[in-house]
Amino acid sequence: MALDSSQQAFVAFDRVQKSYDGEILVVKDLNLQIAKGEFVTMLGPSGSGKTTCLMMLAGFETATHGDILLDGKPINNIPPHKRGIGMVFQNYALFPHMTVGENLSFPLEVRNIGKSEREKMVMDALDMVQMGEFAGRRPAQLSGGQQQRIALARALVFRPELVLMDEPLGALDKQLREHMQFEIKHLHEKLGVTVVYVTHDQSEALTMSDRVAVFDDGRIQQLAPPDDLYERPENAFVAQFIGENNTLNATVTAINGDTVDVDIDGGMKGTALKVNCDGVGSRTTLSLRPERVRLDHSGVNRTEGKVLELIYLGDHIRCRMAVSGHDDFIVKVPNAGGDHKHLVVGETTQISWEAVDCRALDA
Amino acid sequence: MKLNKLIIGASALAMIAGAASAEDMTIVSWGGAYQASQQNAYFDPYMAMHPDVNIITDESSGEAVAKLRAMAEAGNISWDVVDVVAADAMRLCDEGLAMEIDPDTQLAPAPDGTPASEDFGDLLVSECFIPQIVYSTTFGYRTDMVGDTPPSSVCDVFDTETYPGKRSLEKRPIGNMEWALICDGVADADVYDVLATPEGQAQAFAKLDTIKDDVIWWSAGADTPQLLADGEVVMGSTYNGRLFALIEEQHQPVAMLWDAQVYDLDGWIIPAGLSAERQQAALDFVYFATDTQRLADQAKYISYGPARASSAPLVGKHESLGIDMAPHMPTDPANAQHTFLFNYNWWADYRDDLDAKFQAWLAQ
Amino acid sequence: MSDATANGPVLAADGTPLKKSLQRSLRHKKFRALMLIAPLLAFVLVTFVAPIGAMLLRSVENQIVPDTLPRTVVALADWDATSGELPDEAAFAALAADLAEAFDNKTHVKLAIRLNYESPGMTSLFKKTGKAAARRFDPDQPYRQQFIDLRPEWGEVEIWQLLKTYSSRYTNGYFVNAIDMQKTPDGLVMKPDGQRVYMASMLRTLGLTLVITLLCLTIGYPIAFLLANLPMSKANLLMILVLLPFWTSLLVRTSAWKVLLQQQGVVNDVLVWLGVLADDSRLELINNQTGTIITMTHILLPFMILPLYSVMKGIPPYYVRAAKSLGATNWTAFWRVYFPQSIPGIGAGAILVFILSVGYYITPELVGGRSGKFISNWIADFVLKSPNWGLAAALGAILLALVMVLYVLYDKIVGIDNVKLG
Repeated sequence: MALDSSQQAFVAFDRVQKSYDGEILVVKDLNLQIAKGEFVTMLGPSGSGKTTCLMMLAGFETATHGDILLDGKPINNIPPHKRGIGMVFQNYALFPHMTVGENLSFPLEVRNIGKSEREKMVMDALDMVQMGEFAGRRPAQLSGGQQQRIALARALVFRPELVLMDEPLGALDKQLREHMQFEIKHLHEKLGVTVVYVTHDQSEALTMSDRVAVFDDGRIQQLAPPDDLYERPENAFVAQFIGENNTLNATVTAINGDTVDVDIDGGMKGTALKVNCDGVGSRTTLSLRPERVRLDHSGVNRTEGKVLELIYLGDHIRCRMAVSGHDDFIVKVPNAGGDHKHLVVGETTQISWEAVDCRALDA
Repeated sequence: MKLNKLIIGASALAMIAGAASAEDMTIVSWGGAYQASQQNAYFDPYMAMHPDVNIITDESSGEAVAKLRAMAEAGNISWDVVDVVAADAMRLCDEGLAMEIDPDTQLAPAPDGTPASEDFGDLLVSECFIPQIVYSTTFGYRTDMVGDTPPSSVCDVFDTETYPGKRSLEKRPIGNMEWALICDGVADADVYDVLATPEGQAQAFAKLDTIKDDVIWWSAGADTPQLLADGEVVMGSTYNGRLFALIEEQHQPVAMLWDAQVYDLDGWIIPAGLSAERQQAALDFVYFATDTQRLADQAKYISYGPARASSAPLVGKHESLGIDMAPHMPTDPANAQHTFLFNYNWWADYRDDLDAKFQAWLAQ
Repeated sequence: MSDATANGPVLAADGTPLKKSLQRSLRHKKFRALMLIAPLLAFVLVTFVAPIGAMLLRSVENQIVPDTLPRTVVALADWDATSGELPDEAAFAALAADLAEAFDNKTHVKLAIRLNYESPGMTSLFKKTGKAAARRFDPDQPYRQQFIDLRPEWGEVEIWQLLKTYSSRYTNGYFVNAIDMQKTPDGLVMKPDGQRVYMASMLRTLGLTLVITLLCLTIGYPIAFLLANLPMSKANLLMILVLLPFWTSLLVRTSAWKVLLQQQGVVNDVLVWLGVLADDSRLELINNQTGTIITMTHILLPFMILPLYSVMKGIPPYYVRAAKSLGATNWTAFWRVYFPQSIPGIGAGAILVFILSVGYYITPELVGGRSGKFISNWIADFVLKSPNWGLAAALGAILLALVMVLYVLYDKIVGIDNVKLG
C-alpha cells in the first residue's frame, strides 16, 4: 500500500516540526503519508516523538512548523472536537461518572443524534466488542480488558474515518494484550477505518500494522511493512530495535557492486550487502540476524566461534559465543536434527553466514 | 575540683530556686494608653521595689464580671488584682466575687496622716472598691468636618442635619440612654427616674432610633480614636484620656466636646477566694499603687484625675510632653461646666435589664 | 472444601471452635490498637465530648432556683398559678426566710440574675428585697404586706407565676427563650415584637453563610482550576498567594479590610478618584452585612480552594482530551466531563466553608456592625459580656442541631461519600 504522492494520502504530515520550549525539537522534519484504510504504527522508544505526533494529529498539540493534512485539507487550525477523529487513550479515559452506555452515547449526544438512533448505535458498538450486556455498568466495575473494549467501542461508535490509538494495550497483561491485538486487527479489517497506532512494543507493531514507522530522536528512521523492517533494516538503529541482532563493527575495504568487502574489528575479513555505508575506508556496522548464522563453513563468511553460554529455549537453543573479538555474538540453533549436540561451553566451533544476510549499515 | 563543682551546682540550684520563688501576679486592666500609664506609675516601680514579684498583665477588664463569674464557678481564680469601673465593682461585691476592703487598715493614709477613708471620701462607693481615678466619657469631634460652627452641646450628636456623617457610640446602654433622654428634653436630675420606667426606656430608645443608622457601635476604647483619626466618624464618644492622647500626642484635628460628660470612677478590686499568700501580695500592691504620690504620678501620663483629695495638688506636667495636665482633667472648672452625674447605684440595679433590652434594640 | 463438620462449628487443631481461637489470637492485636489510640481517645473525650456535654447540660439546668429558694419552692407547690390570685402568707414568709439566708450567702444576686433572664427587672427587685429580708422585715407583721410595701411588684401575680414556672431543677426555659418565645401559665407564646431577636439572627446567619459559601465557590473554583492546570512553577506561586492569608493573623487581616473598606478607605478613595463615585456618596462597605460577606469570603476562600484543588489535581487531563476527541466543545467537555468529577471537591469545600462560617464570630464582631451580626456573636456576648451561659448553651445547641440537620440533608442530596478532601 505504498503511496506515490501526498495527493492520495488520507493523512499527511508535511515537514512537521515540534518544539515545546523553543530550544529542543522533539519532532524534526516529519514527513509521513497514510492512505485511507491503512493501519500505520508509530513505533519507537519513549521520548522519540511518536506520541507528540499523535497528539498533533488529534489536535491536542500544535505543530511548531509544517502542515498536517487530513483528507487533503490542512487541520492545523481546526480544534480537536471538529476533527472527527476517534481516539483510544493509554488509560482508556472512560468517564468514571457515566455508565458504559452513557460513555458511548456521549459522542453521539454532542453530535445531536436522536435518542433512538443513538441507542441503536451504542448497542451496535457494544456488540461489536462483545460487551452488549455491560451498558449499565460503571467503568470501575469492569476489568482492564473490558475497559479496553469499551474505550475501543467509544472511539468507533460515531463512525470516524480515522482512529488514533495511544499505547492502548500498555496496561494489560501479556496474554490479554496478544488477544486484544488480534481483536483490534480484525476490527480494523472489518470496518476499514484508518488507524494510527502508537506503541513501544515491536511485536505489537509487527503483528497489527500494514506499515510501521520507526521513530527515534524525533525522526522516522524507517517506514516500511513489518517484514521489510525485519528483513531489510536500513540503518543500525532499526536493525537493533527490531528483533534480535548481531552487531559487528567493521571498516569498508572494497566496493564490488551490491556487496562490500569489510575488515571486521578483531581481525576477520568478510563480505556484506551494501545497504547504507560510505566509500572505502569508512566505518560501518554489520547487522546479522542470529538465526542466519550456520554452524559449519557453508557460507561465504567463515570463521571460528568460542562457545560462552548455552541457553535451552525449547524450540531453539540460544548460543552466545565470542567471534572476532565480539563476545556478545548470538547464534540461534533450531532444536531439530541434533545440530547443537556438539556445542560445549569453552570449545570452539565453525560458523559462517551468507553475504546477503549480513547488511552493512551506518556506523 | 570536686568542691568547686559542688559550689557551682549549689549556687545554680539556689538561683533556680530564687527564680521559682518570684511570684507571678496577674493584674487585669483595659489596655492602651491607660494601661501604659499604670505600667509607668505603678507596675514598673512596684517590680523595681519587689524583685521577687513578677507582674503579668491582662487586658480583659471589659469582660471582668463575666470572667470572674466563670472563674468562681470553675473554682480557679487566676487573677490577683482587677481594674474595673465602679458599677462593675459593686456588682462583683454584691455577688461575693470581690473581697471587702477596710480602707483605714488596708490602704495608705495621706502623707499628712488623714485616713484613707477620708482621703477618698465619697468615691468609696462599694466595700470592695479601691478608687483610682476619676474619668469621664465624653465626645470628641473632627474640627475639619464640622464647618464654622463646631458642636457645643451633646445634643449635636443627635443633629444629623447640621452635622452629617457617622458618629460612634459605645455598644452598651450606659451613657447613651442618659444622653438620649437629656436631648429629648428630660432634665438632668430626672433622668434616672424616667429611665427606671418602661416608658422612659422606650423614650430613650426612640431618641436613639433617630440616629441608629448613623452610628458605628464601638466596644473597645481604642475604636473611637481610630475612627476619628481615619475621618470615618465626625464625632464619637470615648474616655477623655484617649481623646487627650489623640489630640495632644498624635496632633489629630480633633477637639473635645466636654458638654454633658459623664463622670465615672475606676479602681481596683481583689477577687474573693484567693489563697492567703496571693491575697496578701495583692493587698500589698494596692496599698502601694493607691497611695497619694502614686495616684498623682499616674496623672503625668494620662489625663485622668486622681481619686484622692491629697493627690490633686501634686498633679504636675505631662511626663514627656511637658504640658500642664490640670486643664486636661475632666474636673477642671472650664471642662466641667455641664457634667452629668453618673449614678452607679442605679446602674448596678438596672444594668442587666437594660443590657438585654439594648442588645435586642440594637439587633432590630 | 470446608472443614465444617456436619453437625458443628469448625474446630481448630486443639479442638476449640475456630472462631473462638481466631478471636483469642486477635485479642492481643486489638488491645494493642486500643492502647495506641488511647491518648487520642482520652484527649477527645476530655476536650471535646465532655465540654459539649457540659454545655448541653447547662442549657437545661436550673438548680439555682430550688437551691436558693427551697422553702418558697415547697410553699408554691400547691399554689394554682392560673388562679389569678397571689399565693398565701406562708409563701411570702418562706420567701422572706429564703432571701434572708441567700443574702447572707450572697447567692441572692445570682438568683436575681438567673430570673432576670426571663423577665427584665428581676435584678433590682431581688437585690432590694434581699437586703430588706435580711435586715428590715418584721416577723410579727404579715409578710405579704411588707413585701408589697417594699416593692409593689410583689403584689403582681406574674412575678409569682415566674417563680413557680422556674422552680424545677431542669427547665426548657433557655430553649424557649432561644426561639423567641416565653413561658406563661397559658403555655408558650411569642415574645413581644421588639424582643424577638434570636431566630431572626439565626436565619440571617444561615443566609449570610450561604451567600459566603456560594461566593467562595464562584471565586474559588476558577482559582483552583488554574492551580490544578498551570505548570508547576506558576502554580506554586499562585498557591503561595492562596495560602498567604493563612500565615497572617486573623485580626491583622480583618483590620486590613477595615482600612480598605471604610468610607475614607482605599476602595472608596480609588472609586472617588476614578470618578465612579461622588465624594459625598461613598459606599458603606463595612460595619454592615457587606463587610461581613466580603471579609469572611476572603478569610474562608482557602478552605474552598484547597479541597477543590486537591480533587482537581486528581482529575487526569486525558478525560477532557477524550471528551474533545469525541466531539465535545470546550464548554461541553468541561461541563459534562470535568465538572461532575470535581463535585466531590465542591462538596468538601462547601461543607468546610459553611460549617466554619456558621460558627464565626470575631470577624462579624469587628466588621459586621449591627446588620452583619451572627448568632455566634450573641453566644459570645452571653458567654463573655452579660453572662447567661444557659441561653448561650441553648443557642449553641440549636446551632449544632441545625448544622447536623443540614449535614444530613446534604448527605441525602449529594451523598457524603461524594466528599473528598484530597
